[in-house]
Amino acid sequence: MLPELGQITLILAFLVAALQALLPLLGAQRGIAPLMAIARPAAYMQLLLVALAFAILTHAFVVSDFSVQYVAENSNSLLPVLYRYTAVWGAHEGSLLLWALVLALWTAAVARFSSALPQPVVARVLGVMGIVATGFLAFLIFTSNPFARLLPAAGEGRDLNPLLQDPGLILHPPMLYAGYVGFAVPFAFAIAALLERRIDAQWLRWTRPWTNAAWAFLTLGIAIGSWWAYYELGWGGWWFWDPVENASFMPWLAGAALLHSQAVTEKRGSFGGWTLLLAITAFSLSLLGTFLVRSGVLTSVHAFAADPGRGLFVLIFLGIVIGGSLLLYALRAPDTESNAKPFTAGSRETLLLINNLLLTCACAMVLLGTLYPLLADALELGKISVGPPYFAIMFTVLMAPLVALVPLGPLTRWQRETMSTPLRMLLPWAALALLLGIAAFFLAPQGQWKVAAGVLGAAWVGFGTLRFVWSRLRAPGGRMTREMLGMSMAHVGIAVFLIGALLVEGLNLQRELAVKAGDTVTLGAYSFRFDGIRSVQGPNYVSDYGTVQVLHNDRFDVELHPEKRRYRAGGQVMTESGIARGVFGDAYVAIGESLGNNTWALRVHVKPFVRWIWAGALLMALGAGITATDKRFRSIRKEPA
Amino acid sequence: MKASRWLPLAAFAVLAVLLAAGVWMSRNPDRDALPSALLNKPAPAFRLPVLHDPSYQVSLADLKGNPFLLNVWGSWCVECRVEHPVLTRFAETKRLRVVGYNWKDEPADALRWLEQFGNPYMVVLSDVEGRTALNWGIYGAPETFLVDAHGIIRWKHVGPLTDAIIQQQLLPQLRRIEAAR
Repeated sequence: MLPELGQITLILAFLVAALQALLPLLGAQRGIAPLMAIARPAAYMQLLLVALAFAILTHAFVVSDFSVQYVAENSNSLLPVLYRYTAVWGAHEGSLLLWALVLALWTAAVARFSSALPQPVVARVLGVMGIVATGFLAFLIFTSNPFARLLPAAGEGRDLNPLLQDPGLILHPPMLYAGYVGFAVPFAFAIAALLERRIDAQWLRWTRPWTNAAWAFLTLGIAIGSWWAYYELGWGGWWFWDPVENASFMPWLAGAALLHSQAVTEKRGSFGGWTLLLAITAFSLSLLGTFLVRSGVLTSVHAFAADPGRGLFVLIFLGIVIGGSLLLYALRAPDTESNAKPFTAGSRETLLLINNLLLTCACAMVLLGTLYPLLADALELGKISVGPPYFAIMFTVLMAPLVALVPLGPLTRWQRETMSTPLRMLLPWAALALLLGIAAFFLAPQGQWKVAAGVLGAAWVGFGTLRFVWSRLRAPGGRMTREMLGMSMAHVGIAVFLIGALLVEGLNLQRELAVKAGDTVTLGAYSFRFDGIRSVQGPNYVSDYGTVQVLHNDRFDVELHPEKRRYRAGGQVMTESGIARGVFGDAYVAIGESLGNNTWALRVHVKPFVRWIWAGALLMALGAGITATDKRFRSIRKEPA
Repeated sequence: MKASRWLPLAAFAVLAVLLAAGVWMSRNPDRDALPSALLNKPAPAFRLPVLHDPSYQVSLADLKGNPFLLNVWGSWCVECRVEHPVLTRFAETKRLRVVGYNWKDEPADALRWLEQFGNPYMVVLSDVEGRTALNWGIYGAPETFLVDAHGIIRWKHVGPLTDAIIQQQLLPQLRRIEAAR
């Protein structure tokens, strides 16, 4: 009975979303206040209904109701209870429902915190978000119903993919979706601005915290995904440029560009049209990413969607939302930057323009690389896959100049600046960074260029940013706004990330070998003593449970337990690596197959500074989060009604 | 009105055409399959080294006598990873011998892949250059062939196997072969 109730709830949510889309937009266009007033209650109602549907699906998982097909395919009576909650978003249908829930949450938040905005703007923003929700709920109901019954009911479920039975995966999808969907707010604002034919600095100020918050969530989501891949896949890598990762990285890049261009438009009035276009782009890429991943076009050229009906629906929806908003942009984009203040070549505006150019190019480069296999297949050029080398080279080429410019931006004044002033301030720090880079080059035992580049880039960005903080604090009456604090933190995050990414690439050590109990392997400053394998029963798997003692500089450090788990329901084998975590490096152990005779294949890595990658991402996310709380964004002058 | 404002829409239109082509191609998963000239014809003869021990070679004659399933895969193939649990479950029913055909792959990568995800295959043949694959008309992975006891190809599937395909296509074919003996 409950699943049917869930079904009805979803249909009601769809109807409410359709009303939320149509009536307020109509009301705003015609100036009918009662129709505009529907927007807020509809947003709350939609949240209530979608949350109820989500709760019902969760309940079906918790009680193992295998008469629901989606539950039967993605759960099992042996599945630990915690993972029954998270299995809800373990596959296509539930992921879409989570997406719809997150969208409903953001929509309700907009409804709640938009009292300072004029009513037509609120009506339009919520109306546009309603259109998106309508599309998603229709997609759920008509092509991917999570409540479809399986009759007769299955006696046992097929189990959640073991890859997803992991704490990292509890947070990854919700964070990612919170980021994706968060970009719906600046998107809806952009559409509202195009409909109103004006870009008001006050509304723009109101959207900036939303963009920052969404970008912070997206950063966290991507970082958690990368961290999970690192410890769960057993390969020791942290980024693979795989199509699914790229799908989340494209909106991140566009979002990073948007953060910066919004700041210019809000403060200086420049780049108004560009900011609107970026807002549309960031959300369009989120939609594209979600759908490409969910429909499977990226993992395989063979099957765009298991069901062509799904693929077609996706395409029509993308066509309406993205095509429609770009058409609106083409027709209505502001002709002249009427309220833009002029700027010179040496101004902060110019630097931010270059920032936007580089980030957008990087985004286009990732898009091209991701879709190229599909293009090649469509043109019958054969099956091609674009590998990490393409992405790594192109990305480095595009990001190196950006890294070089980061410290200059905050120190450069708006409108006009003789570049010699910030350059003079930074010169000693540039020299120090160069010195450290050269020292790193000669000290590194291997991978000298990468290590030197990492140290040079990180020192330049790090010191340059701290120089900015210092000059702010030292100035008469100097203080940091939250916006500046957040920005500085995110920029320091870039420095920390550079250390992690380039040093681990340069200094990583790894060996694969056959070992017996008692054998010792030495790798760098670490030695690993293999103490054998035991069989251990887990809740829904049996495990070959290894014990490895790690000695760091001849001092007993830590005992690791790499595992190979065989899940009973599906028969899949998963590796669980054992990791000795350290601020300056990880020791990483994964066991391979049994070679007979009590001999096992063992893979050991030493990964210096690997943790700095995620620490850097965390700082960027925190920075964006702190920026979002700046008081300035909340002080919107109330307009007389 | 500036023409440049239409650029984003034009770019999206190109993208949409590409995605439409993707949807169109997916309507017919066998679009790129060779004409089924090989169906009901003898399987091409081959002699290939075994992945786990390249000094040992296997030929078609070694496999005749009972039906077998030839599954083409590579460690580089993402869809093979999707197919893998399905194939593993099927192999565990012991209904049929499942022979792996490791195509255009580095043996070290292939071994690591099997080590990580588990090995459902009775034996894995290694075709690093992909020469033999030409005779079979393989140009995508995963791809699966059902060969009967006399070495005749009775069924083929392009793309990942699913439980439904096994139940609705493979097993009925297999029963037909067995009934004919």
